[in-house]
Amino acid sequence: MALTNEIVKNRLTEQFGDQLTGWEEPYGMLTCTMPARLNRQVLQFLHDDEQLRFRFLTDLTGVHFPDRKGEELSVVYHLHNMMDGIRLRLKTYVPIEKPDVFSVTELYSAANWMERETYDFFGVNFVGHPDLRRILNVDEMEHFPMRKEFPLEDPTRTDKDDEMFGRG
Amino acid sequence: MSEYNQNIQLSDESLAKQTTTLNLGPTHPATHGIFENILEIDGEKVMSAKQTVGYIHRAFEKIAERRPYYQVTPLTDRLNYCSAPINNMGWHMTIEKLLGLKLPKRVDYMRVLIMELSRISDHLICNSVVAVDTGALTGFTYVFQWRELIYEIYEEICGSRLTTNIGRVGGFERNFSDVAWQKIDKFIEGFPKVMKEFEDLLTRNRIFMDRCIGAGPISAERALNYGFTGPNLRAAGVDYDVRVASPYSSYEDFDFKIPTGTTGDVYDRYLVRNMEIWESLSIVKQAVEKIRQIEKEDPAQKEVFYAPESDKYHLPPKQDVYTKMEALIYHFKIVMGEIEVPQGEVYHSVEGGNGEVGYYLISDGGRCAYRLHFRRPCFIYYQAFPEIIKDGLLSDAIIALSSLNVIAGELDA
Repeated sequence: MALTNEIVKNRLTEQFGDQLTGWEEPYGMLTCTMPARLNRQVLQFLHDDEQLRFRFLTDLTGVHFPDRKGEELSVVYHLHNMMDGIRLRLKTYVPIEKPDVFSVTELYSAANWMERETYDFFGVNFVGHPDLRRILNVDEMEHFPMRKEFPLEDPTRTDKDDEMFGRG
Repeated sequence: MSEYNQNIQLSDESLAKQTTTLNLGPTHPATHGIFENILEIDGEKVMSAKQTVGYIHRAFEKIAERRPYYQVTPLTDRLNYCSAPINNMGWHMTIEKLLGLKLPKRVDYMRVLIMELSRISDHLICNSVVAVDTGALTGFTYVFQWRELIYEIYEEICGSRLTTNIGRVGGFERNFSDVAWQKIDKFIEGFPKVMKEFEDLLTRNRIFMDRCIGAGPISAERALNYGFTGPNLRAAGVDYDVRVASPYSSYEDFDFKIPTGTTGDVYDRYLVRNMEIWESLSIVKQAVEKIRQIEKEDPAQKEVFYAPESDKYHLPPKQDVYTKMEALIYHFKIVMGEIEVPQGEVYHSVEGGNGEVGYYLISDGGRCAYRLHFRRPCFIYYQAFPEIIKDGLLSDAIIALSSLNVIAGELDA
């Protein structure tokens, strides 16, 4: 029997109960939110389960939501079950003061650089990562440049009225 | 001896060391791009490699958060610049997915045609570079005038060659000209002969085979774990192709094979790319036939080059801007980035030259993306490089790098 979003959702709910929240299916991709302390367990389960077999990590990235108090940083995983052709998106939120997420490098070697990239740009601390250094930016950099508090253009400029350019 | 003691002051541990440290890169003629690898070699055997990436990081993801959707297309050009049209169209398809636009079949087939041509040019570069690194410069000279013809086709369609910025949301900026069609026909007719010649030169060439077979192998299991996609994964024996697994742009209407290898070494990667060139050529032929069939059944279709319902997002033709009110309004709104997009979160992927090129877009309904992440296949599979070249010869490391087809622009974003 082919795997469907419905089955994946049921299996996950069976295993983790109501710890997984925010179930959605935007544009056909099953999406849910997991607590940061459970991320490795959930991914391990998805990887090892004989029925689910989500063994390909397509993408791992971060998002910054400065307005959400206590859950400013988000880490997004895109998993893929190549046998059944099902994709799954998992998100986890952490506070910006203590952005600790467990590393999944032991499960997926591919996660190594993707986690380094997420650390480099968002400052997410991947606990258990073998070599958490900056990757694309210079080592001396002190900021995490993809965070929203760093605007792309110099905010002190007065010669350019953003309202006129629809940027407001 | 005294001069040696005075002038060359190596530390004791360095003198005691039995291996040699070799800086391969950041700029090295054999690496075809900015790649820094610090190799530890024992004689000619590679013991370990330390990679440094990011030399040409241009902060595309940050820039994309400030630019309207149209201005992101030129950024995607500069990811994998060997097959820029695939990246452009992948990005346009992501927006179309967000907007829920459905394209007419003719436009889909035109896109497929261009994407497959760029796949051919991408693979041609990779395979000729593998040939160059094994010592055969001739391969380059055979196929490059046909890659040039592909660039001329782009030029006929969008006006530029390498970084194409081709297409628009909803289709193309203008219809293919007669010259473009003539050039496509010329390509279909003339290219197979040259491709055959290129294969005759290399595929069963004893020297080439001896150099490539067994160099830089990776198993299917490791390749999957490392997030390989595209020809490099298929060379390891996994028949995963985004065009088949999750078809986009009407790929389901086409009949083609997914070539796979077994050992994932340089030779298999070369063979898989060569076979894909033939498959792509067959898709190009099918696309031309399908477009002509559509035009024969309904001559009005000849003028369809974008989805009619996408007129709010598709820059109107210039003569309409000067003569029609709506066209002028849309033109202004699009240029100023005032197009309306829904809120949402979308992941779309296409089969690029090197694998799955993914776009993860979060839209908050504003004029720019709230967050745009590019899944860049090179970035993900290049981390396997030390494992691939370990215990091989130094010269194998060079051809392993070129056969992986790591593009610095895509690697560093």
